[in-house]
Amino acid sequence: MTVSINAIRSGHMFALAIVAGSVLTCITPDALAQEGRRRRGGDEAAKPVQLSPEQTDQLTKIANDRKLNVDDLLAAAKTYMPSGRHDDYVLFSSGGQSGQVFAIGVPSMRLLRSISVFTPESWQGYGFAGEADHVIDSLKINGKLVAWGDTHHPALSETKGDYDGQFLFIGDKANARVGVIDLRDWETKQVVKNPLTVSDHGGSFVTPNTEYVIEGGQYATILGYGYAPIEEYKKSYRGMVTLWKFDRAKGRIDVANSFALELPPYWQDLADAGKNASDGFFFINSFNAEMAVGGIEKGNPPFEAGASKRDMDYLHIVDWRKAEAAFKAGKAKMINGFAVLSMETTAAEGILHLAPEPKSPHGVDVTPNGQYMVVAGKLDPHVTVYSIERIKSAIASKKYSGTDEYGLPILDFDAVKEAQVELGLGPLHTQFDDKGYAYTSLFLDSAVARWTLGGEYDSLNPEPAWKLVHKTPVQYNIGHLCTAEGDSASPDGKYLISMSKWSVDRFLTTGPLLPQNFQLLDIGTSGTTMPVIYDLPIGVGEPHYCQMIKADKLQSWKVYPEVGWNPHTQSLDPNAPKKGQEGVVRDGSNVIVNMSAVRSHFSPEHVEVNEGDHVTWRIVAAETAQDATHGFCIGGYNINLSLEPGEYTEFTFTADKPGTYPFYCTEFCSALHLEMAGYLHIKPKGAK
Amino acid sequence: MPGFLTTLIGPRVPEHELRAHRARYLAPTFIFMLARVLLLVSIFLPYWHMELVAPQYPNGLFLTAHVNHLSGDVREIDGLNHYIGMRPLGEAATFERAASVWLIIAMFLLVEGAAFVHSKWALLLAVPVITFPGGFLLDLYVWMRHFGLNLNPEAPLSSSVKPFVPTVVGEGGIGQFKTYADLGTGYWLAVGCAALTVIGFYFHRRAYRPLFLEMQRSAAGGAS
Repeated sequence: MTVSINAIRSGHMFALAIVAGSVLTCITPDALAQEGRRRRGGDEAAKPVQLSPEQTDQLTKIANDRKLNVDDLLAAAKTYMPSGRHDDYVLFSSGGQSGQVFAIGVPSMRLLRSISVFTPESWQGYGFAGEADHVIDSLKINGKLVAWGDTHHPALSETKGDYDGQFLFIGDKANARVGVIDLRDWETKQVVKNPLTVSDHGGSFVTPNTEYVIEGGQYATILGYGYAPIEEYKKSYRGMVTLWKFDRAKGRIDVANSFALELPPYWQDLADAGKNASDGFFFINSFNAEMAVGGIEKGNPPFEAGASKRDMDYLHIVDWRKAEAAFKAGKAKMINGFAVLSMETTAAEGILHLAPEPKSPHGVDVTPNGQYMVVAGKLDPHVTVYSIERIKSAIASKKYSGTDEYGLPILDFDAVKEAQVELGLGPLHTQFDDKGYAYTSLFLDSAVARWTLGGEYDSLNPEPAWKLVHKTPVQYNIGHLCTAEGDSASPDGKYLISMSKWSVDRFLTTGPLLPQNFQLLDIGTSGTTMPVIYDLPIGVGEPHYCQMIKADKLQSWKVYPEVGWNPHTQSLDPNAPKKGQEGVVRDGSNVIVNMSAVRSHFSPEHVEVNEGDHVTWRIVAAETAQDATHGFCIGGYNINLSLEPGEYTEFTFTADKPGTYPFYCTEFCSALHLEMAGYLHIKPKGAK
Repeated sequence: MPGFLTTLIGPRVPEHELRAHRARYLAPTFIFMLARVLLLVSIFLPYWHMELVAPQYPNGLFLTAHVNHLSGDVREIDGLNHYIGMRPLGEAATFERAASVWLIIAMFLLVEGAAFVHSKWALLLAVPVITFPGGFLLDLYVWMRHFGLNLNPEAPLSSSVKPFVPTVVGEGGIGQFKTYADLGTGYWLAVGCAALTVIGFYFHRRAYRPLFLEMQRSAAGGAS
């Protein structure tokens, strides 16, 4: 009897394990996650289009009524995004003097949003958080609030020379600053001011693994905010390039481990980091090797003439790993608290070489394989192509044509030049595709030129190497251009953006100030087909440069990870009031308001303080639903916050003007949004 | 005369009889075992879902009830419910959620016991497990009704949304939301457990009733 029960029991446990195992394996986590969920519309595949004769008639009639030709219909079909369909690429564009960055979907060319960097912007609550606003603090230069920027070059963070979608850097030409945007929440996290120079131009460009963010200067000055009269130009004025060390884990530029190179006052311009074959180098060009000092009022040639006199300026070739080693070896001197490698050091250590480049050039762009550097001399109809192999061998064999007056070696032009390609008038900037073509903007010709690269790129297209293939007119005065991931190690081709400076007659007249024109070109077909398929007016600032990243590389948060999240520290804030902690705490004349915002009320709704109180207001958006954003404003106190789902913000102010102040939610959050309000009572001194 | 305990738990199976008809006596044991496994696994699986669909929630809101916890968009649903004055979902069935796992373990042991009781009293041990799915639904209904009918009259939308009884299973609606409520895999495992237990009793009766009658007969014979 006992035996048989034991027998049954052991068989029992064995079978139990088998049954439990089989039941559990039938239930996968995926099936569980989907359990009970209804299938929704939206992911159904579009049905193949087959136009009936009636539909063809309808389409033809619309086209003729609206005076559209077949190319227009094709352009519309290539760019139209049905509601709810997402773009393939995101274009991050500088917002020019607006101090912002714009994100635009490609190919639909719809503006997705702006990101404030150097300019306070009220919708994002950027710079409207009371007295101790870290945004306002970070925008101060020498104690003075400089609340705008001339945003120039956005730079997406890179891993192995490809965009990784994590961070975006943007330079402020007017004030020599670099902003750091975290692409998890699309907010500016840091603004660093260059302590050496007043303004810059070549910011920002990253090295292939975002080790450094390069900020090249422009108008030479006395490094470190010094003074010298113009007569001392050659002696005292200097250019510079700064290498900002980026700490990816912290998401911040590490100022203490950043350094700069002192450069001759040649008015350096754009920069680009080498990659692959040219990894370890970066390149900057310059356009005032003449060292013209202007002075039109004194009878001198104006800058525009003086700086354009010579046929050659200087391409600066910087070995940044050598520069880093010299900096780490303590060979830098400090100027205005910032480490600078002097020209003597850069020459002695072989960090910097110059190469002649024609003629007042504007762009230097490295091909995806890192093999070639393309320089567009804006007063020369050619682009000049340098090869890294030639440069390296010329450096190794010291093939110099001389030294400049600061003792910097100048490489022999013919020794480093690979090719010159005649494209047309006013070549500026070059980007690349996946078919061995380069695309160069032609400012004076108002055109985009497609031309062929040589070397390993020669076999990717039918045309011979180093030849102009086609020019597409753009409207008008193109500055920068950008192709899909076109300055990375693996461009996609497909789309090109022409950043046309003038729009003249392209849109309705908007007064004397006209928008810029972002034009989308379809570059998906080889050869001479390269039509403009969309015009997007940009009516905010004059954007300068943009980069286009594959949309699926961006891993943006839909809402903040937790309720009580501080976007400035990117962590849960211990001061964020939790449910039940709302209320007002007083300590003498210091008052802390702990507030929550959730549809459709603030808690507390009555806040009473006394005139002269110093108020610290802590507010948390206790929301987790996507897009359930609240705003919070106090009229008359210059306070407006954007409280995105989960976000925590603290602001302070002095209640110096007594009265009865309604506060309310500034973002239409819910049906009872207007009811989402409260009163701040600031009791006058001496009142009962 | 069999003792009280023997009448209660029934006769043991003689060794030779067990050897002769192994399948007959093992069948109820294994079926009960299977039933118990299903019940145990169900603890880890959802018993009930509700999906709420509205224009501004294109991905829907989702609520999942396990026997011991609620998950999904509870926070958002609570946030919306405050407009109509419904209490937070976390306040519903707190005792049931705390006790459920212990209850299931108890039911598991009772059914295990039933396999070793060879009289009709075994059925009594299985009553909880057989009625459990019905009990779960009833409890869910009572709570939803209680929550739906006892809305805070001071809530923002009290004047436009009157107390109502939410739909426990199937399609319902409130405001701009459509609700779709379903029973989950866990619940169906509990139903399977109940059904298997009932089937187990068929085999239980087939196996042990002759032995039980035999025992009674021989007791009566011994007495006469």
